[in-house]
Parts: sequence; structure tokens; C-alpha cells
Amino acid sequence: MEKAPIVRLRGVTKRFDDVVAVDSLNLDIFQGEFLTLLGPSGCGKTTVLRLIAGFESLDQGEIIMNGTSLGGTPPNKRNVNTVFQSYALFPHMTIFDNIAFGLRMKQLDRSLIRKEVGEALSIVKLSGMEERKPHQLSGGQQQRVAMARAIVNKPQVLLLDEPLSALDYRLRQEMELELKRIHRKLNITFVFVTHDQEEAISMSDRIAVMNQGRIEQIGTPTQIYEEPENMFVARFVGEINIFEGRITEIFNGSATVDIHGRPFRVHNRKNFSCGQHVKVLLRPEDILVTRDEDAKPASPSLGGAIDEVIYKGKTVDLIISLDAGETIFATQFFNEDQEDVVFRQGQRIHVEWPYGWEVVL
Amino acid sequence: MKRIFQSAYLFFIYLFLYIPILILVVYSFNTSRFSTNWQGFTLNWYRVLFTDGPLMEAFANSLIIALSSSTIATVLGTLGAFAFYRYRFLGRQIMYSFVYILMMSPDIVMGISLLLFFITLGLSVGAVTLLLAHVTFCLPFVMVTVYARISGFDRNIIDVAKDLGASELQMFRHVMLPMLMPGIIAGWLLSFTLSLDDVIVSFFTTGPSFEILPLKIYSMVRLGIKPEINALSAVMFLVSLFTVTIAHFIIAKENR
Repeated sequence: MEKAPIVRLRGVTKRFDDVVAVDSLNLDIFQGEFLTLLGPSGCGKTTVLRLIAGFESLDQGEIIMNGTSLGGTPPNKRNVNTVFQSYALFPHMTIFDNIAFGLRMKQLDRSLIRKEVGEALSIVKLSGMEERKPHQLSGGQQQRVAMARAIVNKPQVLLLDEPLSALDYRLRQEMELELKRIHRKLNITFVFVTHDQEEAISMSDRIAVMNQGRIEQIGTPTQIYEEPENMFVARFVGEINIFEGRITEIFNGSATVDIHGRPFRVHNRKNFSCGQHVKVLLRPEDILVTRDEDAKPASPSLGGAIDEVIYKGKTVDLIISLDAGETIFATQFFNEDQEDVVFRQGQRIHVEWPYGWEVVL
Repeated sequence: MKRIFQSAYLFFIYLFLYIPILILVVYSFNTSRFSTNWQGFTLNWYRVLFTDGPLMEAFANSLIIALSSSTIATVLGTLGAFAFYRYRFLGRQIMYSFVYILMMSPDIVMGISLLLFFITLGLSVGAVTLLLAHVTFCLPFVMVTVYARISGFDRNIIDVAKDLGASELQMFRHVMLPMLMPGIIAGWLLSFTLSLDDVIVSFFTTGPSFEILPLKIYSMVRLGIKPEINALSAVMFLVSLFTVTIAHFIIAKENR
């Protein structure tokens, strides 16, 4: 992404009484991207959003938009709009009046307002609902009205504060696709806040994983998922297995890690040194499970027994007790020529993984 | 059987509540001047009532005070309730409970304290002091009524309005005010009726220069109940019935 940032957060700090909600945070948001702030509740992600919108004032640092500091600019003078988790539609207004509100505040021409509102309604696929009141709509429809009310103002940045969390599972998946479609269509920068990692991964161009008011890692969904930079990101995003190990040998670009007395070959991306204690991280789907009765281990592997077999339709999940005492989680895909579940509880197996699929921290 | 019993039960409760008023209305049409015996139908007392100059003047005074005090109290009370909702300040909780204390405190205490206050300020009692007194005791009722409605709102509504470009004033005018309207109307009507029939506080805070209806009636009945008082009470009952009905329809429409 070689575009200039549209919003820059520099050393942004916000305290509520003694609690530091946002801790000297730096963040560049680029024109047209779909950026997600992902983190557990209380990590400061919503506060960052409210700071950008102008609902909260900064304690330290600055927020720069289009090259000028937003300083004391009140929310009604900022070229950003927010979609709230609770939608917060105006209950006494019709859908038309709700969406027209922002344009009326700008005192636009009546016929222009009518046209713009009509367009916004067609974007969120609610044409014909103009005269309804919010309480006559379903949750999903109210969500769309909240979207339309924000995008009709053509903001440079659209802030979305967990907008899907009040919807049920199927509707949420539908709205995820809708949001992506709207994002592509409008070419507006989206800053999306969620605690749901699946939502973040499936929708975002970039994800910033937040914890305790700081950004732990920022990157594409693939980077976040495949190459977590620290234990917090590894644990928060998706399932992961963690092995304790020690570096025993260093080669050019690779290393040998001793895990429970077995020498495993790993990528050496971070210039580890001999004798260093490391953690080897593996996603469940990166682990290969082989039954002892099928093949004896040739390369280094860890022995264990199957504790639990969970059939998932497309995949089968295995909970495995290793002989060394750990419990790990592995996901196996079905072979095309072998449709039966071949794993049984109590079976002896050994686990390994393709060289380079691991993350070493 | 159970249903009949239930409706009969309700019927008797309402009978108990409304029979005194019904008797009053009936006697306002009674020809007899003194006795409670029915001696034939007449509209005479209504004619006497509307031609009684001092009584009509007191009625007009009462209406003026009730209309103006309830309007002032509604404006101040609405702004006050909004301030309690919108802003977080030191002593907010305590201040709000003081609103309740004022509402619960006996009228006699309020009457005497207001009188003392006006004397201290050097104000002579009359129309102005009466108006101030009525605004004072109506204010908490408006605040509580409006606050009850406002506290049910989604807090984000204010942020949304600002986010969409509304100034503080526009947000209040276009979002808060329409949403609060049922509460405001209810508060106004409550104030209006409270002010219209107040005796105790008014007794201390107005003078002979400015007479209002409840005090006038009070002084008249000390000499025995005259039939025109019955007629007057019947008229007042009709007025309150009318206002309550209107209020009911307005609030029902707003809530829809």
C-alpha cells in the first residue's frame, strides 16, 4: 500500500480516571482500506474509534486527518461518520428522515436530499421502506438503516463499532458480505471494531490486534494468522498449539529445536542462538497425524494417543494426549479416496508437521 | 361468573371514586338554595356564577398563574432534566435526590419558607410572588417526569446526532425535544393541575391584591356552601376532564 495515510494517530493516549484505555498508540490508516481493530473487550479498540470520531478528547498525542491535526474539532465538524453497535436510530423519525438527518444539517437542497437518500437506500437494499418507523423494522434492517444514515454523508472515513454483534449468526454472515460489497462500491475507508476474530479475518484488508491500549501486531489477515509476532496474537487469533523447546543447532536459515527430546528442523527467521528457549507454535490444521499402524515415523515426531474424535463434516478434529503429557488439538481433512473417519478414540498415533509451517517465538 | 365478579368489583371501586363528584354535579342543577333536598332542575347557579365579577376575576387570575407557572416550570424543568442526563458533574446524584425531597416535602413547609424568603428579599406578596412559588413547587414534578423519559433513551442517540453534523442546539431541537415531547406534555399538565388547585402554598404567598380561585372558594365555604360553588366545581371538573383527555390522545399519538 503506497498511498498516503488519510488518518494518522501519533502517540495517542487516553485515560479514564486511573485506567489507561489507549496507551501512546501509533496508527496509520490508508485511503480506501478496510482496517479492523481486533481485541478482547476492554482493550481500548472502541476508545480509539471514539477518539477518531471526536466523542472523547485526547490526553496526549494527536490525530491528523488529511494532514491537519484534528485537535479540538468537535464531532459534527469532522468528515467521519460512525455506525454504532446499538444502531441508535432516531425512534421518532421515519427511515427517510433518519437517513436525511445529516444532509439536512448541511442544509442541502430538498430534491438533492431526496435523490441522495434514495441512492443510500438502494445501496443497503431497503428501497421502499422510506415511510416506515425504525421499530417496524427487523434488527438486520435497522442495521442497514444505520449504515445508510452514515454513508449518505459520504464521509472520508466510516467508523463501525461492532455493528454486527447484535445480529444472529446467519444474518451476521450475510451482513459481512454486504459490508464488503458496500466497501468496494463506495471506496470509503472503513475502520471496523470487533472482538470476533473470524469476522476480522474474513472482512479486513488489514487487522490491528489490540491489547491493553496498545497494538500488538498490525498486518494482513494472513500475516496475523500465519505469522503471529507474539504470544498474545497467537493465542487470541484462532486455535494454536504451543510446544516448549530449545535450540540445539543453527544452520543457514534454519535451526534444530529439541522438543521433548526429539530434534525438529525449523525455519530460523529471527536469528535464534544456540541454547535459547523458544516456543514452537502450530495451528491445528498444520499438524499431520499418522496412525502408528499405518506407518512408523521416519522423521522426528511426537507420539501420543487420541483422546477425542470430533466429526465436523468437512474436517475431523482430534484431541490428542502426547506421551510427554501435553494435550494438543489437530484438524485433519478427509482424503478424497477415503471417506470414512479412520481415527478412533484410544488409537496410537504420531504427530509431525511440514518443515516451515511452524512459527517460532 | 368470575368475570362478572371482576367487573362488578371494578364498578364499585369507580363508584366509590366518582360518586362524590357525581353528587356535586347533580346538586349544581338543584333549585333549592340551602337544603340538600332535590327541588327541581335549574341552570340558575351557572348564570349566577358567570355574572359574579370577583369570582370570575379570581378564576381568570388562577388560569393566568396556572398557565404561566406551568409553562415556566416546564421550560426550566426540561432543561434541568436534560442537564442531569447529558453532563456528569460533581454532586449530580445528590442534587437529583434533592429534587425528590422538594417534591415530597409538605406544602405547609414550602409555603412558610417561601413566605419567609420573600419577606427577607423585601418583596410584598402578590401576583409575582405567587408565580414564583408555583414555579418552585411545579419544577420538581416536570424534572422527574421528563427525566423518567430521557433516562430510557439510548445514550448513543446524542453522539449519533453530533456525528451526523448537528450542533448541540440542533441536536436538542431536532432529536431530544421531539423524543421528549410526551414527557414534556405530561409534566406541563401535571404542573397546570397542581397550580390550578393549590391552596396551602398560595395561602402564604399571595396577598389580598391578587386573589385566586381556590383561596376564594376556601374563604367562601367558611360561610357555608353555596350552590354556585357546586356549579363552579362542576365547571372545573369538566375542564380537567377535557385537558386529561387531550393529553391522553397527544401522548398516545406521540408514542405510536
